[in-house]
Amino acid sequence: MTPNSNSRREFLRLSSLSGLGLMLGVSSFAKNASIVKLTEEALQLEINPFIIIDNLGNITLVNPRPDMGQGSTQAVPSLLAEELEVSLEKVKLIQSDGKSKYGSQTAGGSSSVRELWEPLRKAGAAAKEMLTETAAKRWGVSVDKCYAEDARIHQRNSDKSFSYGELADEASKLPIPKNPKLKDPKDFKIIGKTKPRLDVPDRVTGKAVFGMDVDVPGMVYAAILHAPAIHGKIVSIDDAAAKKIPGVIRVMKAERPMPHRTSEAVAVIATNWWAALKGKKALNVTWDNSGLDKMTTDSYFAKSYEAAKAEGINFEEKGDIDQTLAHAEKTLEAIYETPFLAHAPIEPENAIAHVKDNGEVEIWAPIQGPDWALRDVAGYLKVKPEQIKINVFLLGGAFGRKAYHDFLLEACFLSKELKKPVKVIWTREDDISQGPYRPGMLSAMRGAVNGKKIAAFHHHAIGESINRQVFNGLKDHEVDDWITGELSAENHKYNLPVWKLSWSNVKTDIPIVWWRSVYASNFAFGQECFMDELAHAAGQDPIEARLGILQDARFKKVLEVISEKANWKEKLPSGQGRGVAMFKSFGSISACCVTVSKQNDGSVKIDKVVSVIDCGWHVNPDNVKAQTEGNIVMGLTAAIKPGITYAGGMAQQSNFNDYPIMRINEAPEMDIHIVNSGEVPGGVGEPGLPPVAPALANAIFAATGKRLRKLPIDLNEV
Amino acid sequence: MAVYNLNVNGKKVTVDVEPDMPLLWVLRDFAGLKGTKFGCGMALCGACTVHLNGQPIRSCQTPVSSLAKSAKLTTIEGISDGVTLHAVQQAWVEEQVPQCGYCQSGQIMSAVALLKTTPDPTDEDINSAMSGNLCRCGTYDRIRKAIHRAADLSKTSGGTQKVGKAGGK
Repeated sequence: MTPNSNSRREFLRLSSLSGLGLMLGVSSFAKNASIVKLTEEALQLEINPFIIIDNLGNITLVNPRPDMGQGSTQAVPSLLAEELEVSLEKVKLIQSDGKSKYGSQTAGGSSSVRELWEPLRKAGAAAKEMLTETAAKRWGVSVDKCYAEDARIHQRNSDKSFSYGELADEASKLPIPKNPKLKDPKDFKIIGKTKPRLDVPDRVTGKAVFGMDVDVPGMVYAAILHAPAIHGKIVSIDDAAAKKIPGVIRVMKAERPMPHRTSEAVAVIATNWWAALKGKKALNVTWDNSGLDKMTTDSYFAKSYEAAKAEGINFEEKGDIDQTLAHAEKTLEAIYETPFLAHAPIEPENAIAHVKDNGEVEIWAPIQGPDWALRDVAGYLKVKPEQIKINVFLLGGAFGRKAYHDFLLEACFLSKELKKPVKVIWTREDDISQGPYRPGMLSAMRGAVNGKKIAAFHHHAIGESINRQVFNGLKDHEVDDWITGELSAENHKYNLPVWKLSWSNVKTDIPIVWWRSVYASNFAFGQECFMDELAHAAGQDPIEARLGILQDARFKKVLEVISEKANWKEKLPSGQGRGVAMFKSFGSISACCVTVSKQNDGSVKIDKVVSVIDCGWHVNPDNVKAQTEGNIVMGLTAAIKPGITYAGGMAQQSNFNDYPIMRINEAPEMDIHIVNSGEVPGGVGEPGLPPVAPALANAIFAATGKRLRKLPIDLNEV
Repeated sequence: MAVYNLNVNGKKVTVDVEPDMPLLWVLRDFAGLKGTKFGCGMALCGACTVHLNGQPIRSCQTPVSSLAKSAKLTTIEGISDGVTLHAVQQAWVEEQVPQCGYCQSGQIMSAVALLKTTPDPTDEDINSAMSGNLCRCGTYDRIRKAIHRAADLSKTSGGTQKVGKAGGK
């Protein structure tokens, strides 16, 4: 099949779907995105996303950002609906299928609203202008005598109006306005207003269809025995007992393709997943784990602490840190440690793949990025992208995990062998013990204080690089640019006379990947706890100390708001303490204040968490709050619950009994405030998380005088 | 294999499955009721919560053969009629509780059971009754608020549980 005939088919499909009408696309996500008309020719270009207004007035938007709970199915159509002057209910969403013409389609990096903010509003405004011009022509009046409201073009001072459907065909013949006029934000009806999410009712009635809930005709189920020591080799498989289990069809060698290595595995195929799981438990496989005894988190951290003693690769500095430290009144040094963490979405990893005889491949899965999935499936199966169809379903949580496609490629491997649709479902034990994980990291900090002034600050970031392991994208002399961006003075805005930032890569084969807020969740802990230490060394209040070295108005405002909302200046009784931290990630500035109290039994209780976020323009304030609440819970879980540890190449944790996550009885009272700065949109799904752990550790210091520099913190024994 | 006649949401469901198959997989893969979720397989997360004779149970740890012939099962699909929402579902919509929503079937089934025995629960009652239901998205604060709201909705609707229109406010 040639791309041409494919595009033609796609065009005809969309045309018949919409009964013609007005179809628009956006040629890129760049700020200068141009809006283009969708013709057969344009479909061969990279056009994203599709907006179709058919001649019945139906409005369809192809959504390029899967929903994992972050609210993209509300935020994305809101951008279009606002400028097009239609209600949100009017916009029907179709999830994009990964094809390159839809451009970037991965929900990650808190990017949805940030990337779509300009292009989707422009597309909405362009369509509105074309519809308005069409109506004006029909009435023989000038366009300023017309206005758009509620999916109709109205004539001013008259009761005449046309529905969009009545105008769409004719409007499509007009040239596309080059610079469609965007609305003045003060006229926004949807953006910036709290509105109920339309997807919520289905999520409370059991009707929402997650990847886990999808069945396709003729499919078989697979439960997979992964190498208990990751990268272990199969010596022998005794499958006699497994094959006797009713429902088991076959036991076969399988593989788990990860970006950095492919691990061996054994799959049990059955007519239902329970039978496959029983078969998996009945397998008796002997593994060769030689060489894996050294794959431990202890040895990884030991190497990391060694690296802290050596000079790393410098990537940013101002002044002479060594001289400043040598002549300072006070110097401080501290190392902060953050553990490996599993994402543990409540919906375990799952996917259906059908590799057909004719070379076509169809996928049904809960994945964060159909474009990335398509690329990975094409590369793995060595088929052309146009031979692959990806159907994305709702994700039951992801947090970064479902943009790593080992489970999907497992299904591809098995389907290719079995020539049937195969549904792979991971167990919770697979999810927690197999990774990939947030990498454990160290922040080795040095600083100097002269009088009441913080004089110098050195952050040495140490650990494995996600870019190196996942993309093979880091040479030994290079610095992971996700780290340089996050730690840069350009990002934290602390205006110190002297600073230095450096990096040391400590390698490991323990699989790692991005986890909600990526490196910010590691390095905010070191940066912000150390700021607290420096403030105390300078005899200053931690908020005042930060305000003293910040000039950026947005950062200062966030700190002022948290000071006010958390009653920072109010004195607390002995045994109670407040801690503060702030961090900018994914374009948004977030600060957190935690209040804790010492209990009679020696434990520490988290009394309250206040969080402030300046994410610039945002679509739904209530959803910003919801995401921030989620970030508080996930950030506290990361701070106080056990991390992942490895010994002999094996995870020491396997389910929620030994990898517990915060429960409702542990969730503190929380209070969220949004600073409406009116700046360009920042991210919302992640930025609330990084300041949580350092704010907690700083609060514990305030309450108990104890500096805790290693996560997790055991609140029962502080 | 054995044949089981189950009473699910007031309807007779006949399945022919292995006796040790957990109710969770019977419901999902044989009765076609996908609203009940698999999360951990060890009764640690509560995503699979359903009611057995009105009591919340973890269906992932309940072999189908352990159910009495008289057992009345209720799943998330059975607490409202599809036109109106149950007070708890209505409160969940009004408080905009779900993020991904995957755990919420189990959360709601636990909350419905709580309100039956404790119509006006305190935060403490809620924390204790709901601590078996994990939410990785972190919706706990809203769950507490929604349960209080559901308690109010049940009262104002004159004791009837079904109050709202599907689709919410």
